[in-house]
Amino acid sequence: MSRQRRTRLQIFRAVVFIVMGSFFLIPIGAMFEFSTRGNSVTAPRNLDAWQNIVKTPELADAITASLELAAITTIAMLVLLLPTLVWVRLRFPGLKRVLEFVCLIPLTVPAIALVVGMVPIYRWLNINLSDSILTLAFAYLILVLPYAFRALDAGLSAIDLKTLSEAARSLGAGWGTVMLRVVVPNMSTAILNASLLAVALVLGEFTFANLLAYENLQVAINYVGLVDAGTSIAVAVASLVFAFALLLILSYFGRRQAPLAKAEEADFQLSQTVGLSGGLIGRAR
Amino acid sequence: MTTNGSQPARSGVEVRLEDLRRSYGTTTALDGLTLTLAPGELVALLGPSGCGKTTALRLLAGLEEADGGRVIIAGEDVTNVPANRRDIGMVFQAYSLFPHMTARQNVEFGLQLHDVDGAERRERAREVLELVGLAAHANKYAHQMSGGQQQRVALARALAIRPKVLLLDEPLSALDAKVRSRLRDEIRRVQLEVGITTLFVTHDQEEALAIADRVGVMQAGRLEQLGPPTEIYSRPATPFVAEFVGLTNRIPGEVKFGGVEVRGTQLPLVQSDVKNGPVIALVRPEAVTLASEGDASHGLLVGTVIAVAFLGATSRVTVDLGDIIVLAQMPTSAAAEHPAGTKVRLTLRPDPVLIQREEATAVRA
Repeated sequence: MSRQRRTRLQIFRAVVFIVMGSFFLIPIGAMFEFSTRGNSVTAPRNLDAWQNIVKTPELADAITASLELAAITTIAMLVLLLPTLVWVRLRFPGLKRVLEFVCLIPLTVPAIALVVGMVPIYRWLNINLSDSILTLAFAYLILVLPYAFRALDAGLSAIDLKTLSEAARSLGAGWGTVMLRVVVPNMSTAILNASLLAVALVLGEFTFANLLAYENLQVAINYVGLVDAGTSIAVAVASLVFAFALLLILSYFGRRQAPLAKAEEADFQLSQTVGLSGGLIGRAR
Repeated sequence: MTTNGSQPARSGVEVRLEDLRRSYGTTTALDGLTLTLAPGELVALLGPSGCGKTTALRLLAGLEEADGGRVIIAGEDVTNVPANRRDIGMVFQAYSLFPHMTARQNVEFGLQLHDVDGAERRERAREVLELVGLAAHANKYAHQMSGGQQQRVALARALAIRPKVLLLDEPLSALDAKVRSRLRDEIRRVQLEVGITTLFVTHDQEEALAIADRVGVMQAGRLEQLGPPTEIYSRPATPFVAEFVGLTNRIPGEVKFGGVEVRGTQLPLVQSDVKNGPVIALVRPEAVTLASEGDASHGLLVGTVIAVAFLGATSRVTVDLGDIIVLAQMPTSAAAEHPAGTKVRLTLRPDPVLIQREEATAVRA
């Protein structure tokens, strides 16, 4: 590559970086600015809104619930999806298209339609099992399925699953060992990606919780916003910063653990992830 | 799994495949394969792709289930034993090292699964890595090693667990030519040193002939011929084997008087009870000798040299006889007398030849 082209490429990169950076940062900066305004135009800047986050018990409960939901959904998604994907790839490759179709269905059905379908199930759940907000994890599992499927499937495509698992089996490994000691370590980046997507989706989820009458983070932000706009914006900024912190952690681990050949793949997946979690901004009002 | 002492019992066991059958949908991959490997023997299964050789190996490994037949390792019927409890070591065609582990960790992986603990595990890993000449690379990851090194680690990993049988599934086909022949000899050395019964699957006849105690040539799910490399090469049992193993000239001739007359030369037949009539004779290039045109004592066939391929110690000379093209292989010094463009006299050495009826379609690789 000539020096001139390289320089031009670097300028292009810088421009893209600045444009995209401002696209993300200006709204967040404006939100932060708003959250530090006092109650009147003349009032001095203060951090009351931020202190209110911990002082409002409903908000604190909702944050805890959303974090718990994120954790449960992520774990359930991995436990359900990863072995299924591996099994289908190795034993029933013909079913791969079917599995893909099933996993992508939630993407094509509007959230509102999904919820309407789930209302009877949740009514039954509430009566017979539990009315805990954590039962939302079932619905969220369906919600994250398409994204998690894509991330995990890309990770599985990047390794020679058949040869690696057969090699492990010939060395004496049972299927559990193959999964935990061969498959999982070799797609740690994909697993982190899928997990982050799940966490981002669950933390940003509003429709399901609101319509099923549960108070998760976004629902609580909405309520608080009705009475105290500053605090609701402060929570929104906090949840965004949390999501970005997760992304940075992911990018750090992804780079450190991915073997050289897979680094580009990881970058690609990460960029997809960033794009998706940008959706959080739209949701967190 | 016993782990006593550092010197294991290194005598091979007998492996028997009995009437193995396997089909995929309507395709029959293996049509009743019966094969016995003597203790410590290296048998190479050779054949074109789709001939069933890999299926045979995978059935022996337990990576696929047979539709019929039995697999017996050391007198024990393991037909229904899963792959991870068959006590086999396997080297794959594709690079199969676990990418997240170093060479040593790869080797130790199998040992951990066989409950070999701490100090002994490290010692045995060091031992096998030394055996394949990679002790200095023990801490490298797969992506830091060349293809040949990776396959050597894979071999070490397979041998570390001291399996009863070693299975090699085209382990050299992803490597470039020079590395391939060196690693081929290395595999043979290690195999002899360890004395392990080995099944080697390949589509490369040179590889099979160079490395194996016995070669089994397969076609369409069946064993066409099984025998020592010299026998496979010099006395092929069927036209398929003759054509698949080594180069063969297909020269029209006619069966009469219990032999075959090819361009005025009467050659003995390998097959018996052949009806008289026109046939194709399969003549090895090294059974064709050349002399300069002026040397009238050297037969009646005259042709023009159109190309000389230098192969090292030998050269292959392509001669145009007008209606057909014949390959002759000879020492390079002899070939030097017949550069391209010169006229030569051509003689067929009276070795027994295989014949094919003209209408029979030749099966090619």
